[in-house]
Amino acid sequence: MTTDSALKVRGLWKIFGPKAERLIGTPDAALSRKDLQAKSGHVIGVRDVSFDVAPGEVFVVMGLSGSGKSTLVRLLTRLIEPTAGSVHLDGIDLTGMDENALREVRRRKVSMVFQHFGLLPHRKVIDNVGFGLEVRGEGKTARRVRAQDMIDLVGLSGYEQNFPDQLSGGMQQRVGLARALAGDPAVLMFDEPFSALDPLIRRDMQKEVIRLHHEVGKTMVFITHDLDEALKLGDRILIMRDGEIVQIGPPDEIIAAPADDYVKDFVADVNKSHVLTLRWVMRPPDSPDEGVGAPTLPQSTIVREAARTVLAHQGVVRVVDADDKFVGVVDDEDILRVVVAEQDA
Amino acid sequence: MTSHSQRSDGPRRQSDGNAPEASRDGQAGQAGARVRFVRRGRAEDAPPLRDDPAPRWQPALLILLLWFLVWMATKGSDTLALQGRDQTGIMHALNDFRDSMLRGRDTNPVMRLSGTIADGFRGLVAWLQRLISIPAAPRPVPEIGWLGVTVVATWIGYAVANWRIALLVLGTFVSYGAFGYWSDSMDLLIIVGISVLVCVLIGVPLGILAGTSRRANAVIEPVLDLLQTMPTFVYLLPIVLFFGIGSASAVVATVLYAAPPLIRIAAHGIRSVPPTMLEVGQSLGQTRAQQLRKIQIPMAKRTIIVGLNQTTMAALSMATIASFVDGPGLGKPVLAGLRINDVGTALIPGLLIVATAIMLDRATTAASERADVIARGGGLPARVHRGILLGGAVVTLGALYLSRLMFWAAQFTDHGWGRRLAEVTDHAVDSATAAMSPITSGIKDGISYAFLNPLQDFIAESPWWLAFAGIAALAFVLGGWRALAPAVVCLAGMRALGEWHNAMITLAMTLVATVMCMALAVVIGVAMARRGSVDLAIRPILDAGQTIPAFVYLVPVLALFGPSRFTGIVAALAYAAPVSIKLVADGVKGVSATTMEAARASGASRMQQIRLVQLPMARSALVLATNQGLLFVLAMAVIAGMVGAGALGYEVVLGSSRSEEWGKGAAAGMTIVLLGILLDRIARRAAGPAPEGTRWFPVLRRRGH
Repeated sequence: MTTDSALKVRGLWKIFGPKAERLIGTPDAALSRKDLQAKSGHVIGVRDVSFDVAPGEVFVVMGLSGSGKSTLVRLLTRLIEPTAGSVHLDGIDLTGMDENALREVRRRKVSMVFQHFGLLPHRKVIDNVGFGLEVRGEGKTARRVRAQDMIDLVGLSGYEQNFPDQLSGGMQQRVGLARALAGDPAVLMFDEPFSALDPLIRRDMQKEVIRLHHEVGKTMVFITHDLDEALKLGDRILIMRDGEIVQIGPPDEIIAAPADDYVKDFVADVNKSHVLTLRWVMRPPDSPDEGVGAPTLPQSTIVREAARTVLAHQGVVRVVDADDKFVGVVDDEDILRVVVAEQDA
Repeated sequence: MTSHSQRSDGPRRQSDGNAPEASRDGQAGQAGARVRFVRRGRAEDAPPLRDDPAPRWQPALLILLLWFLVWMATKGSDTLALQGRDQTGIMHALNDFRDSMLRGRDTNPVMRLSGTIADGFRGLVAWLQRLISIPAAPRPVPEIGWLGVTVVATWIGYAVANWRIALLVLGTFVSYGAFGYWSDSMDLLIIVGISVLVCVLIGVPLGILAGTSRRANAVIEPVLDLLQTMPTFVYLLPIVLFFGIGSASAVVATVLYAAPPLIRIAAHGIRSVPPTMLEVGQSLGQTRAQQLRKIQIPMAKRTIIVGLNQTTMAALSMATIASFVDGPGLGKPVLAGLRINDVGTALIPGLLIVATAIMLDRATTAASERADVIARGGGLPARVHRGILLGGAVVTLGALYLSRLMFWAAQFTDHGWGRRLAEVTDHAVDSATAAMSPITSGIKDGISYAFLNPLQDFIAESPWWLAFAGIAALAFVLGGWRALAPAVVCLAGMRALGEWHNAMITLAMTLVATVMCMALAVVIGVAMARRGSVDLAIRPILDAGQTIPAFVYLVPVLALFGPSRFTGIVAALAYAAPVSIKLVADGVKGVSATTMEAARASGASRMQQIRLVQLPMARSALVLATNQGLLFVLAMAVIAGMVGAGALGYEVVLGSSRSEEWGKGAAAGMTIVLLGILLDRIARRAAGPAPEGTRWFPVLRRRGH
């Protein structure tokens, strides 16, 4: 996974302040955010972050405001210069790159969707979508054709000649999405793209992202402060606090096995039955023959979806892993515990 | 910790007993005590407790009292009043300096450079004058006659804006000719046109540079500050030295005066492009040049055009004033009328200047809005528009041809309307003045005897050392060391320049005018902020007031009040008040609706809302309005020297027109600058630091876009 990951991040630091690079490796770097700021006036944005993102994966970075997630996503394309550490994108080391090479990477390999859309008000939709292509010097006809394709893809056909301020927030962000897709990048970065939208539109846009992910299969790094969004979209989730990683894992693991009280607190109100899989609620079988003849479910089945089968059947249901090996059993009790606990909360 | 807080609660509760918000049941008092205790206990978390500064007015009053006592004993001595045309050593020295510069015209590199520039401008102006304004020998008329010029201008008006603007242009140009001021009007437009062109060529690149580079801005900003703080008039004397009397000086002065708003606004426009936009560009791999060309300049374009409008209006204002240094244009007949107190003569060219101002303002505004309308598919269908333009072009060519061939189309037939109208207005003004004289002289005498004379007696009749010490001491108690230092430097400079007595008279007038200006600003500004209808009614008047070149104010004011110091004050007020009123109105309006709602919800009366919420929260706007008012009043003080305000203004005016008075005028000019800096520094320190970046911009933006 390390060799062919779409994004490989190792030991990434960002400290804001005049002599930040001298702090790395000193005992001061280990101080808490507040203490360091009081002592030297430096502010830690991101502290020693490492992770990998597999090709085609949707990787969500989640944290409250001030947790460093927006800084992190900007470090990944060096919109903010890292203080230390390395970033490999598609196998290329970005951190040692000169200005020109970096620009080339930004033009072709990676693109970004912004929180406040970042559309140019003086350009029509079609020219906004084609902006990245224009920047990398493609001819007018080629970029118009490509832009039109992208506009069709995000469902904005018919709005090509409008100006951004004539569109609703959700439509504007579709333009932002189309612009990011237009350059056919290997990796898409989303910086809280839907936090400025109201809940209904936000849900539509989340569906849109899932649909696009199925259609174009890009690697996505998605920043959000909304846990539901993270659980809905993420193959894996990175939870940040004060610039540090608190936990990385798939959604069901985050819910079922929170790394500390902070995460536990965070996930307390989540609809567990919508996220937890049987893996987290089953118990080991008493004997290899337990429940023979009962229905069989894969352990990655979400509890809510398993409920009907389990409740309809008298007695235990067998759970198997990815290789069809018998790994555990669940019964009504196990399912109800998750669902009822939720109602109590 | 709890026990401690309770222990400290005992004595506190007693002391709280008198306070109006004292706890009704003791619980609130306890909570208050605990908060305080916690703060003291964990100082590193709590923001530092701020000590209320001691009220500054008490020592200030003490100083005034002391000053008054000493004044009683010493008044009239050591006032340094100059008798008649007396000149001090430094004034002679300035004259000598001027003479040596002029002698070195052919050897001194600076003088040679400025001479070359001056020749260039003079040549350009003369060429354009022959083209449209004065007879181009051997022809008895200009190359292009009035008909040609008028039709071309109208066609341009349609091309850049719309048919309404075209009609406005047509009307304005015809009235130039009809009232007999064709040549002067064309001269004014030539000076304004060349100056605006130079402003754009210099200003836009400089503005973009200042907007993109912090370092460049650090150099450009203070220069702009200096240029804009200096009263317009004060430019003229040194410029005349380097560029000679006439059109070249007019252009240079106009450029120096009109370029700063453009530079400042262009830089502001570039800087206010949201950082997200720049990040978008960067994330797509944009080069710096692409960023500038595709994002920053297009997004700042509208702001830059607002700046262009400002610059055009400033250019018109200064080009009028440049008639003092023999700059060609409509300012000349106004000046001639003012010199002999002939309101009728000054009025018509004055009105033509106003018409020009309205025309230029509307045309540039409409032109800037048009681009948007077109981009969004508004306006006439493109083919129709092109057809009209083409038809217009044919008509224009015809008119040009006629105006070269036919005398009637080349030279406006003088029907004597202008002269007759001047006589009529003169009579009308005379009778109106006579009819209103009980009121106007009442106001004049009231203000003069109640405020102006006592204050002037007090300040100007003090021995110089007393006024010096008094002002310095006031600066110190109001603004601390950081006000005292510049105050002492400025005062010492004023003393050395030898115009002390006049400076004190001007100071007294400035103070009275500024106080009146602020009184107006607070009353009208608050009314405007609180009631939309008042704002709607008054704002257009203020806009118009700011569009009219400073110079033109003098005409009606002179008609009403005759030449006197009070006339100067009224003119200064008319010039400064619109700016201050708008600043106060916008500041008060800026108080958040939620805060006002909270005040209403807690039952504050209207006066309480104003006094306790709106004015304190608009404090920075009030400070800004005072500073601006002060500077505008002072700027007008010079121009008001023309209408009997006397003192420094008069000396400057005289110095710009009479060679032997140049040194004295220059000394007076420098004294005005020092006075301006002195007042500005004291006012700013006294009110705490003005918020960064707000100092000039709101003034320059007369309306939002």
